[in-house]
Amino acid sequence: MTDSIILVEDLDHVYMKNTPLEHQALYSVNMTVARGECVAIIGHTGSGKSTLIQHLNGLQRPQKGRVVIDGLDLSQRKLDVRALRRKVGLVFQNPEDQIFEKLVGDDIAYGPLKQGLSIKEVTERAKWAMEVVGLSFADMKDRETFALSGGEKRKVALAGVLALRPEILVLDEPTAGLDPCSRKDLLERIRYLNQSENLTVVFVSHNMEEVAYLAHRVYVMANGRVVCEGTPRHVFGNADILHKYHIGMPETVEILHRLKRKGYAVNPEAYEVQETVQEILSILPAAGR
Amino acid sequence: MSDEREPLIRVEHVSFGYTMNDKRTLPVLRDISFEVRRGEYLAIIGHNGSGKSTLAKHLNGLLVPQQGNVWVAGMNTKDKGLRKEIRKCVGMVFQHPDNQIVATIVEDDVAFGLENIGVPADEMRQRVDEALQMVGMFAFRHRPPHHLSGGQKQRIAISGILAMRPACIVLDEATSMLDSYGRQDILRVMRALHQQGMTIVTVTHHMSEVVEADRVIVMEAGRIVMEGTPRDVFQQQERLHELQLDIPDASRISQAVHRVVPAFSGTLIRTDEVVEEVENMHLRTLEVHGG
Repeated sequence: MTDSIILVEDLDHVYMKNTPLEHQALYSVNMTVARGECVAIIGHTGSGKSTLIQHLNGLQRPQKGRVVIDGLDLSQRKLDVRALRRKVGLVFQNPEDQIFEKLVGDDIAYGPLKQGLSIKEVTERAKWAMEVVGLSFADMKDRETFALSGGEKRKVALAGVLALRPEILVLDEPTAGLDPCSRKDLLERIRYLNQSENLTVVFVSHNMEEVAYLAHRVYVMANGRVVCEGTPRHVFGNADILHKYHIGMPETVEILHRLKRKGYAVNPEAYEVQETVQEILSILPAAGR
Repeated sequence: MSDEREPLIRVEHVSFGYTMNDKRTLPVLRDISFEVRRGEYLAIIGHNGSGKSTLAKHLNGLLVPQQGNVWVAGMNTKDKGLRKEIRKCVGMVFQHPDNQIVATIVEDDVAFGLENIGVPADEMRQRVDEALQMVGMFAFRHRPPHHLSGGQKQRIAISGILAMRPACIVLDEATSMLDSYGRQDILRVMRALHQQGMTIVTVTHHMSEVVEADRVIVMEAGRIVMEGTPRDVFQQQERLHELQLDIPDASRISQAVHRVVPAFSGTLIRTDEVVEEVENMHLRTLEVHGG
């Protein structure tokens, strides 16, 4: 594919090579992401998801295989790491743990300032980043970071990465630990960034509702390998894969798969609540209605 | 000592606020009162910032009330001399597994609390082994904890608390960083402990976890605004929505199907109940029509 902004080919990774604790985390992983696409990576703990995404902004360099990000080949020794990190914004798990400035605005402006931008440009970027994640610049920039709620802190951390204006946003468990409402809000923001700001998004998640909501495509990883790839509907419809690789299912999918196993004619791909309700209504005995 | 019929924890008119730099206080808990009964499984829910974690930290004296009192097995958490006893009675598991593990070998980590209170070596050995068996991590006792999964680490953290033989475990969003399998592991352990009589208080965002509890307390702006069994609380979908909370998908499905087919129960809260209800409806129809 020529228009893929991320290309991962036959990528291997071994931790602590040549020691008794040697552990291979990735086996010949292939992945492509098109510009503007939103891709989810799911898999059980230890499946290699985090190792894979650490390759996307050069925190890990390919030991074997190839990673090319928007024309930058990570195998090359003379890689311009700064250019790569400007392209790829990586938001770690619990990014709020990395907030260190006292004031919200200062924390978000830290990255752009270090890039040597003018104060005017930094302010503009901080303002844009805050508004785009739903933090009012006027109200929030002088708030103290320690007194924010969990959801607000997560947004500050995300804004800090967005202020660097990356083309690719990589998120590790973006909504873990947030309450249902903050989660929904953050997911809407990420979807907006993907659809309206044309940001390419790659995210790791074990929340299947989130995957169903955001992702165009899903990669399922297990034991360091990509074991399945497709649309959320395709992946959730496949009970064997979900069971075999210990992927949690949305409650809707769980109900549909159980009914199907008991011989009811339901479509397990109907994972939205309303669809599931329709599937159940369709199999209830006519006499009960 | 404490009366067995007394609630294990009594929270009486507790108010608490965090002091900001300029000496303003941010009120977090406002005149809260409730009890945790012995052997109860209690869930506390509320959106981020509603005060539920602050409340949880009051249950073993990590925080002490600015107004009001918290009594743990008859001991006031304000009494510094009783703090050790109180923490032996009520143990806490926090959100991040990595922040709770101090040793480089699993069994040393579990023994850490016991060493601090000077338990003799023989007894320590026995209590550590027992505690690891209770969470299903005995086989991992000689491993370094940092290579374990999040769910396994949380089980080690729980095991360290069990070794102290508490009457109550408080889980402060202890599963929120885990994947659904890790979460199931923890829920299984909690279910088994509860059956053995352990008192459990869980602060959570996961409605599927609330379903496990005997009773739910819903918090909003530092106050208790709803209370009841999970089944009763989840019936009030709109009220919960106002409080920025969700209901399990199983509840939502149950209610939506019930609206179209009144014979289908609208009060289900678990996935297996929904599947059973579909089967029951088929069985009932067979009975009516004589098979």
